[in-house]
Amino acid sequence: MSAPMLGQGILKGMAETARNFLGSYVKDDRLVTVQYPEERRPQAEAARNFPFLVYDGGDWQKGLRCVACLICEKECPPQCIYIVKDTVRKPDATGKLQFQPKVFDIDTSVCMSCQICVEVCPFDAIKMDVEYELSTADRFGSLLVRKAQLAKPNQYFHKIHPAEAAEVDARLGAEKAKAEAKAKATPAAAKAA
Amino acid sequence: MPENLKVGERPRNYELRPKSSPDGSLEGDMLEVSMGPQHPSTHGVFRMDVVLDGERVVKLKPVFGYLHRNHEKIGEGTTYLGSMPYTDRLDYFCSLTNNWAYALTVEKLAGLQAPERAEYIRVITAELTRLQNHVSLVGFLLQDMGASGTPLMYAFRERETILDLFESLTGARMMCNYMRFGGCRCDLPPGWLDQTKQVVDEFPRFLDEYEALLSENEILMSRTQGVGCLSRDLAVNASVTGPMLRASGVNYDVRKVDRYGIYDRFNFRVPLGDHGDVYDRYMVRILEMRESLKILEQALRDIPEGPIVDPKAKLRGFRPKAGEAYGRIESPKGELGFYLISDGSPKPYRYRVRPPSFINLTILEDMCLGHHVADVVIILGSMDIVMGEVDR
Repeated sequence: MSAPMLGQGILKGMAETARNFLGSYVKDDRLVTVQYPEERRPQAEAARNFPFLVYDGGDWQKGLRCVACLICEKECPPQCIYIVKDTVRKPDATGKLQFQPKVFDIDTSVCMSCQICVEVCPFDAIKMDVEYELSTADRFGSLLVRKAQLAKPNQYFHKIHPAEAAEVDARLGAEKAKAEAKAKATPAAAKAA
Repeated sequence: MPENLKVGERPRNYELRPKSSPDGSLEGDMLEVSMGPQHPSTHGVFRMDVVLDGERVVKLKPVFGYLHRNHEKIGEGTTYLGSMPYTDRLDYFCSLTNNWAYALTVEKLAGLQAPERAEYIRVITAELTRLQNHVSLVGFLLQDMGASGTPLMYAFRERETILDLFESLTGARMMCNYMRFGGCRCDLPPGWLDQTKQVVDEFPRFLDEYEALLSENEILMSRTQGVGCLSRDLAVNASVTGPMLRASGVNYDVRKVDRYGIYDRFNFRVPLGDHGDVYDRYMVRILEMRESLKILEQALRDIPEGPIVDPKAKLRGFRPKAGEAYGRIESPKGELGFYLISDGSPKPYRYRVRPPSFINLTILEDMCLGHHVADVVIILGSMDIVMGEVDR
């Protein structure tokens, strides 16, 4: 086999670059850049950024699903969650007496968006947000997110993660129905006995 | 502070001083240059103290630790699950293989077994990780060689399609945090397998394009062939692993040696180099990507339905019984291992990482001696280091 002409490889490479460049005028898949912020790509259903608290009903203070069990605070790897448990039980969205967090802060400058708080929460109270334009003018204050900013309605959760929210609602509904059936059955059983 | 330093005079990061060899054969001065830590070619905050004789390297001292984040100590202070997102940040290009190595070790420790479907998902995600790591590596290597922009942009265009798959599966492009002890966090979203099949089908077109672009390029060949040779014996003695070791001609791939997970079911070859120079390291990675595509095709064809987590696995209150375990996998950069000692509490007693980049970096001086400064840059580039993993 004779040695290839010197410079042949370079010319071959140049042809490839030219093909890509000219191809970008005819084929859309060669144009991959998105002109942010005028143009935005849709987010994936599973996208996650920082956590927020879900509430049911219309009143965010009453309807928080969080019962201040402190599991997420303990499990959070960078320990960016700070909770103070309330001393008295208050009625939640369904009227059931529950403990609620008096203080619930998340330091988003420390949070690493790992989703472990969401996984360990037994009450489906904390979920991941998809909001990503979060720059602030000051360095610490605005990045410490308080309970009032964290609380978002269940409808919002449905909007950002429809499949997950539907699954959570179905599960919570089934649990509630089960608990109600049990509560109904217990007095009946007591009467029968 | 040295006494002779006047106020307002700062110490410089290099100094000129006359040196001569004992026998007087060496004439002229040597130049000691501190390359890095802020240098575009050092792939992060890495410093090389190089002593130069003209353009030739006489001595090279790698200095690292600028990105030390106390990873192992943090691992001892947090729960087993809590360390999982931290492993993403070791080698931030390949978070999914890091996750797998850590999950594999904890599974050994706690006696868990990932179900069939989870094992397939792990193989698919790990091979996709290997593809995108190698793609960005060759892009960066060519960028270091002076091919500004074009090859790197082509590489990143392809990497982006894989990162999109990661995002729709795990929610994050790079910090995936996806594997769990005894399985995976969530099942595949609908349509994910078809998207992955499409990406895998289109990938060879890109590889062909890339090879046409560069593999026969005369400038690339003269810059890389015979540069930074690593001999077989030295590579073995320095416990170098991964594509670097295979480029030196040693047939050692943990996927074949350990056959962890379900790698014994797939039919693939291990590409080997002859010379152990930069060109071989580049070619081994290109060929490895083709083999990864073969594994992906087989895994995507055979993936079964079923559960994705071992029913014995516990998310909250996880306490493996006392003992120790070492788990290792073939990460895209080499053998990535985790060593854990459990004392029965929710936190590991000892948490140790065996990072491939760090151990591969130890022989940098041996490869660079006698080469030009410009070659040091591409030798470092061909080693595929990530400072997040070196410094931990």
